Amino acid sequence: METNNTNSFEPKVVAFVCNWCTYAGADLTGTSRIKYATNVKIIRFPCTGRIDFMLLMKAFANGADGIIISGCHPNDCHYTSGNFHARRRWMIFRNLLDFIGVDVNRIVFSWVSAAEGAKWAEVVNESVDQFRQLGPATSYQKLIKNSEFQEVE
Amino acid sequence: MNNLQQKAQQLLESGNYGLIVGYEKGTSGKARPVFIRKAEHASKLIFDESCDQNIAVYLYRQEIKHNKKKVIVANHHTLKSIVELAAENQVFDGDFMVLAFAENGDIIELNTFEEIEKHVATLYHGLTEAEAAMMKKIEDMSLEDRWAFWENEFSKCIKCYACRASCPMCYCPTCTVEINQPQWISVPSHTLGNLEWHVMRAMHLAGRCVTCGQCGKACPLELPIQLLTYKVALDSKQFFDSVAGTSICADNALAIFKPEDHENFIR
Repeated sequence: METNNTNSFEPKVVAFVCNWCTYAGADLTGTSRIKYATNVKIIRFPCTGRIDFMLLMKAFANGADGIIISGCHPNDCHYTSGNFHARRRWMIFRNLLDFIGVDVNRIVFSWVSAAEGAKWAEVVNESVDQFRQLGPATSYQKLIKNSEFQEVE
Repeated sequence: MNNLQQKAQQLLESGNYGLIVGYEKGTSGKARPVFIRKAEHASKLIFDESCDQNIAVYLYRQEIKHNKKKVIVANHHTLKSIVELAAENQVFDGDFMVLAFAENGDIIELNTFEEIEKHVATLYHGLTEAEAAMMKKIEDMSLEDRWAFWENEFSKCIKCYACRASCPMCYCPTCTVEINQPQWISVPSHTLGNLEWHVMRAMHLAGRCVTCGQCGKACPLELPIQLLTYKVALDSKQFFDSVAGTSICADNALAIFKPEDHENFIR
């Protein structure tokens, strides 16, 4: 992103994506020379079914301001049903986070296929805008700071 | 000697049963679990409204497992947990007999899982009015207030894992908290690690929690952590029509899927 204002807040975003659809889709975004926000760090997974909710908790615990999770569209899973299982897990997890007071707008879920390079750029840009508006995850950062006193590396 | 004590005495004297797991009078008006092996100790057994602990957790413990045929005195929480444990193949049909109670106080003998399942179908499933009110109180708070509420509660947690030990569904021989490569859950108890622990515990009970609230009752700090598992239980019911502890052959809500599962947040 081109920005001259160095004081403006840039969210740290982690994207958990599946190898077969969204990772290939993000690759297509690059080879198509479509520009998108550089805030995002992509982590490749074998399948959305492998994206354990604890990994998302750890992303927040390590200072992420927002998370993008993306995989194959329903019925397109490389392993037939991984994304269906993941979807059920997210439905429960998202509501649980909401219940304990985590802003669920900090997690964006999407389906991006290997052919949807443009959609990936759109998802990232819109998510980063959304996270930028939400500002830094201060409530979580307070906990992280507090925990550092007690953890001995 | 009341009916239950007489029954227990008969069962132990018959020689067909080696152990009765039930409740005895504890301190300060509370009941506590008791393990009776001799007929002359049968008079210790009680069953009244103070016996609200879920004792299904003892059924699969190593110390109990090897006993000759067992009898368990079950309240409605314990019964539901037995059904859920049966669905997950953690207890075995014919290994034990259940003594349940009809509303008029009559003892009901349940020998097979099928009988237990049938009896459980007559029980009320869901939260009590007081529990539902607590859930509503939190759900009606603003996001910031909810966070402040849980941050305060989690900051008090000492990670004694009494919630885990008391839960009949927490039977994994190696729990994620014992894994240290990677260290999923921090060893010292600070709010961040405590929050992760409680989120993980609730997530692992999704579609399996029978809403007995034993975790909250066991908590030495009286944190309302049972509300987290109630939340996942209510969501499982709402989204997937899955109620734990109702069927001996149902799959967990998160172990199966339907292509038509409906959500409104994935773009």
